Amino acid sequence: MELVLERWQQEVSIVTIGATKEEGGTRSYVVRVGGEKTLPFLFPEGEIPYPPVIAFEVWDIAPSDWSTELNKYYGDVFNDPLAWAEKCVKQYQAKILCIRLQGAHPDFGNKTSDEEAKLISQLLKKVSVPLIILGCGDDSKDNLILPACSQATKGERCLIGDAVQDNYKTLTASVLADGHNIIAESPIDVNIAKQLNILISDMGLPLERIVINPTIGALGYGLEYAYSIMERARLAALSGDKTVASPFICFVGQEAWRTKEAKVSGEQGLIWEVITATALIQAGADLLVMRHPVAIEKMNNYIKTLMGVSL
Amino acid sequence: MFIIGELINGMYNNIGKAIKEKDKDIIQKCALAQINAGADALDINCGPASRQPHLDIQWLVETIQEVTDKPLVLDSSKPEVIEAGLKVIKNKVIINSTTADSEKLEKLVPLAKQYQGKLIALTTSTKGIPQNKEQRLELAAQIVAYCAEVGFNLLDLYLDPVVLPVNVAQAQQKDILESIHEFKIISEPSPKTILGLSNVSQGTKVRSLINRTFLVMAVALGLDAAILDPLDKELMDAVITAELILNKQIYCDSYLEAYRKK
Repeated sequence: MELVLERWQQEVSIVTIGATKEEGGTRSYVVRVGGEKTLPFLFPEGEIPYPPVIAFEVWDIAPSDWSTELNKYYGDVFNDPLAWAEKCVKQYQAKILCIRLQGAHPDFGNKTSDEEAKLISQLLKKVSVPLIILGCGDDSKDNLILPACSQATKGERCLIGDAVQDNYKTLTASVLADGHNIIAESPIDVNIAKQLNILISDMGLPLERIVINPTIGALGYGLEYAYSIMERARLAALSGDKTVASPFICFVGQEAWRTKEAKVSGEQGLIWEVITATALIQAGADLLVMRHPVAIEKMNNYIKTLMGVSL
Repeated sequence: MFIIGELINGMYNNIGKAIKEKDKDIIQKCALAQINAGADALDINCGPASRQPHLDIQWLVETIQEVTDKPLVLDSSKPEVIEAGLKVIKNKVIINSTTADSEKLEKLVPLAKQYQGKLIALTTSTKGIPQNKEQRLELAAQIVAYCAEVGFNLLDLYLDPVVLPVNVAQAQQKDILESIHEFKIISEPSPKTILGLSNVSQGTKVRSLINRTFLVMAVALGLDAAILDPLDKELMDAVITAELILNKQIYCDSYLEAYRKK
């Protein structure tokens, strides 16, 4: 039987995270995501130059609501973000870190922008992997801390987020000025994802420096919905719509570990995180932010297997 | 929708004059204006006044290729003029056009293959312009059969049902529109469909409105491409919106801008 192959018109844009010394940064290598010329893992149809990448999630304060299962792995470093980051890189071979500045939130420590910028600067010295930097989710606070962290990492080509439809201008301006990439977040809504990409690019940030956070749900909590949104955007991207041709970042860890199932047992949580991630890479996820080191190891092996397969 | 800008045509006074005086600037500005307005390709026609169309088309092709790498549509009823244009083509090319007559098919289909170009085929013949849908389909089937026989990729074939002015051939408009849909089911894979739009409003008082209405109806029937005036913003907005309604673009509040960013 003959394979019916689709002829796609456009590829997903390639976003480069991290800058080496030669490029004006201090990272020891860069991570590239995107560039797919076809749907996930359909190798006979088109090139998939970069495998999905998993980022370890690290917080600037000890998380109060993480599962005790995760305590086993990070409990000793929860109170020291620098040690936490180092452990991810040295012990768990993290290729990229995602720093969530939760401690800046008015309800969780209310750290100042100076404190956060200082932490990020120390982090740059402590580890040499590329960085994703996330705010605390409070818009007015994020508009203080993220520009400070953007400036502190100028030239390091980080990925910084999240910009949302009602609050994207401050972050976009910072990212543009300091040479970073941006995460554009939409609430499981492809129309808003597209609109936000246009708004951000209208400010002068090229579409090639945007990563879409489509917002996902874990298995049993809206996974199919997120999947269908990502699939719709990706099909449009491959068919020629530049405004949605961005790589996806999916916050798998935070969604998987807050499910009822993960709260029942650590083992179940690990399975939930892996299953959610495996489904999302089939939907086109390029970057996955995860928590459990064993889940991440399993995913990395799975991705290796998938990328090795070609018909 | 694949949009072909129609404005580089010697029939228009400014272009006719520019061709005569070899004024590159006017041609290049016209090319870029159309591309900036959303044209995916540019039609090139020396016009009826050209004394040396085979030289003029070469000059036009070379002049336009200096400023864009968009596909160029070589538009002439004379195959030898098209062949002259092909000799200097660097961009992707679309031949405009053959008819169902075998002497034209035999000349232009091999040229399209040789230059890895696309081919527009009018469903007419020396017997005249078809008077109804059945005659259009018959001619379309002849064209498709010939292309299939000589191994020309049907995805590179654009069938044109031949648009007639609404004030002359009002009774035919519905047939013309329905032909678009029926052309698509002639073969598998389907040939593509195209219209030379502006003819529909020839001689009328409200040209832009008639063009725009006709185009939207044609899009609903599955039209793939159109030769039109991309500087008519309302026309472009209408076609973008028609495609949005057919779910060919993802909606967002700035969907018109999004389309133009592509």
